[in-house]
Amino acid sequence: MKIVIVGGGKVGAVLAGLLSQEDHDIVIIDTNQRVLEQLSNLYDVMAVTGNGATMRIQEDAGVKGADLLVAVTSDDLTNMLCCLVAKKIGARQTMARIRNPEYADQLHLMQEELGLSMVVNPEQVAASEIGRMLTFPSALQLDSFSRGRVELIEIRLLEDSPLAGRDLAWFSAKYPFKVLVGAVERQGEVVIPRGDFVMQAGDRLHLTGQHASIVSLCRKLKILKERVRDVAIVGGSRLGYYLARNLLDNGISVKLIEQREERCVELSQLLPKALIIHGDGAQHELLLEERVEQSDALIALTGMDEENIVLSLFAQNLGVSKVVTKISRPSYSPAMLDKLGLESVVTPSRLTASSILRYVRAMQNASPGSQIQTLHHIVGGQAEALEFRVARQWPYAGARLQDLNLRPHLLIAGILRKGRLIIPNGQSTIEVGDNVIIFTAGQHLKSLTDILKS
Amino acid sequence: MNYKMIRYMLGQVISTEGYLMLLPSLCSLLYGEHRHFFLFLSMSFFLIAGGTYLAWKAPRNRTFYAAEGFIMVALSWVVLSALGALPFWISGQIPSFIDAFFETVSGFTTTGSSILNDVEALSHGMLFWRSFTHWIGGMGVLVFVLAVLPMSGGWAMHLMRAEAPGPEVGKLVSKLRSTAKILYGIYVALTLIQVALLCAGGLPLFDSLLTSFGTAGTGGFGIKNSSIAFYDSAYVDMVVSVFMLLFGVNFNLFYLALAGQIGRALKSEELRAYLGIVAVATLLIAFNTLPYYKKFSTALRYSLFQVSSIITTTGFSTANYDLWPGFSQCILVLLMFIGACAGSTGGGLKISRIIILFRGAKREISRMIHPRAVSAIRFEGRVVENDTVQKVFIYFITFMALFAGSVLLVSLNEFDFTSTFTAVAACINNIGPGLNMVGATGNFSQFSVFSKLILSLDMLVGRLEIFPMLMLFSPAVWRLRSKE
Repeated sequence: MKIVIVGGGKVGAVLAGLLSQEDHDIVIIDTNQRVLEQLSNLYDVMAVTGNGATMRIQEDAGVKGADLLVAVTSDDLTNMLCCLVAKKIGARQTMARIRNPEYADQLHLMQEELGLSMVVNPEQVAASEIGRMLTFPSALQLDSFSRGRVELIEIRLLEDSPLAGRDLAWFSAKYPFKVLVGAVERQGEVVIPRGDFVMQAGDRLHLTGQHASIVSLCRKLKILKERVRDVAIVGGSRLGYYLARNLLDNGISVKLIEQREERCVELSQLLPKALIIHGDGAQHELLLEERVEQSDALIALTGMDEENIVLSLFAQNLGVSKVVTKISRPSYSPAMLDKLGLESVVTPSRLTASSILRYVRAMQNASPGSQIQTLHHIVGGQAEALEFRVARQWPYAGARLQDLNLRPHLLIAGILRKGRLIIPNGQSTIEVGDNVIIFTAGQHLKSLTDILKS
Repeated sequence: MNYKMIRYMLGQVISTEGYLMLLPSLCSLLYGEHRHFFLFLSMSFFLIAGGTYLAWKAPRNRTFYAAEGFIMVALSWVVLSALGALPFWISGQIPSFIDAFFETVSGFTTTGSSILNDVEALSHGMLFWRSFTHWIGGMGVLVFVLAVLPMSGGWAMHLMRAEAPGPEVGKLVSKLRSTAKILYGIYVALTLIQVALLCAGGLPLFDSLLTSFGTAGTGGFGIKNSSIAFYDSAYVDMVVSVFMLLFGVNFNLFYLALAGQIGRALKSEELRAYLGIVAVATLLIAFNTLPYYKKFSTALRYSLFQVSSIITTTGFSTANYDLWPGFSQCILVLLMFIGACAGSTGGGLKISRIIILFRGAKREISRMIHPRAVSAIRFEGRVVENDTVQKVFIYFITFMALFAGSVLLVSLNEFDFTSTFTAVAACINNIGPGLNMVGATGNFSQFSVFSKLILSLDMLVGRLEIFPMLMLFSPAVWRLRSKE
């Protein structure tokens, strides 16, 4: 597909990287030539310098006839104008990043009038991601398939974990819950494990299963954490606001620490139920005074990554059981952050990019074949967990898995049939109407048939 | 330094050369030159085997940076030339290795300077290989490898940038591999059209093919001792002139024209300047040589051919311009330095650089009058970043310094000034013939071994636009250790 990206900032860069790996024709527009030079040195993309909201530059970039234009400049209005112009010139679909909460109510109207296929708001995406993590604090990350019927969680094996040094066959015999290890992350590398895979302390396991099974497993492993009832948020940016609103709506009490006084006043008006504290969240005295160690969770959302890292480590030391760290720079590798001891990390630009990618992937197989329902990126995009719905025409429906010639580095982690999860073995079959959950590393599946060797 | 990646790419380049050598072996077979057929065939076998061995294990870490890109390109070209010289040397057709190396470098860099006194004595296979090196070198070997090899990541762009000529190298389409394919597509198509036109003019297929190779790469190896003058046909002169000029045009413009934007292509400032210079130079020389040729149409025919041949840095000749008046010779020497358009197969400084240089100079002068004036240099309807302007100036001064140094070293031969000066100019600008001893009827055989080496380096410096070659000799680059 031909995709034009306007804006080479964090989201634009991550998106260009992900999409160019998937063999799309990428053109990236930015006003800053230096940014473009760096991008074209990193990825196989074409760069166009200029204002992406002008017709001339868009024509230069070949927007006419492009399948998709993604506007992710720092300015909402520019993004909207980009999409408007692109639609008039002849781009098939357009997507804009609109982050100002004031436009949130009129999104529907704008989407229709501007012909936008999708609107993304990185802060909102990140806020709902963090909100989701807090619903089940035992997991470092939490995603779901089939509208929550199956969950994908990440746990980290501690030194004294009973799983360390054991292989997966032992695991499934010892813990007969319907939970499957789909991917393991060790020192930044991803493995799609087989039965003889031996787990080690420090590994991050990505598990799928239904909620009840996962809870039972966590209880058995003694890593089940209490439900989160009150949360301390450091940093009252847009993300902090979205998150606080989200949590308050769910009946969780929120303590929000913000440095700028005017912003505090603003927030206190916007969030009457939250406790707004004016002060520098990076000061340990303030955190102690506010007794953050008694909070169930601390979320570090200041504008500085370094500050967030130090803050999180401090809170973990104090014994806060759930700490979430926002890291803005997508270039910090997950392995390095893991080494620092950070547990749950949220990178808004990555989340935004992967939600756009999910849309692109779905666009690609617009045919009524077996469509992607869900797509989650694991370990900075090194592996993927996908969910497909088996369409009527799928030719391999009914065949036993052991008879299918599956690709390497791929695992069928679950088959969801009539609301019940089946952990598959060689005898299992995939039937029409099933939802199939698949883990894969180093390849990009577009349809269910891609799981077979070509 | 990612040495493993350099080794891998070098292997790919060597085996590519091996595959390309199958063509001259085929040619030898067709002409019944069995010894040369076996020579090329075994060379090709060894190169493919050696290259495949080097490239056997694809490195895990495929990332590299600009420095590696430059080194890889420079190294590839040196190795390519050294290996490409072997058939000439082993067959004994060029008895001295340094001569064979000079001839091959001259081929790959599309210079066309020769050390051969009697070109016609070479076998068909050898002649084919000699001209074919022009064709390979014209568009670039690594660009070819990029078109063939599946690669991902932006790093490959460093290779393209280091090998393709011009101050700013961009892509035509968003994928590098498709860009490389399009460039080669245009290149092959234009070459085939020229072959057809020359055949239609009554030239044997072999001659048309080899002449087209020389034209396409803007190389200029003649396959007759008297170059294109041998055919003495106005039709052939016209076809070759037009195609030399075409191959001197930025290939991006052909792509624009093919994409249906002929109007935009014709508006290119560089193209207009290029055609303007050709027209003015042709007319000036035609008037200046009128007393010599008597008829204006004859003078125009010879001057157009020679101007196209020199400005595109091809180096074919139809007339012995050593006999022309000094004014005409002077124009030709100036044209040598101007060169063809950026992004073409030609050499020289390139028209776009000349334009930016002049606009930069003009801006400095206007700044002397209005010291606080802020102005931007525009080129092709866009603002040229100050960074780029600075790079162009640095390129110019480095080029001139290398030129002056080479003239000094070559002057050790004790030849007359015109010969020495134009010999270096012809090599560093990738033209071929110069004036006097190295003129249209002369050659480079009388230079000392040392001079031939210097001139070979000059040719590589000119083709790769200085910096890759300079980096190859910079100890700082080799000190960049690779971390495994």
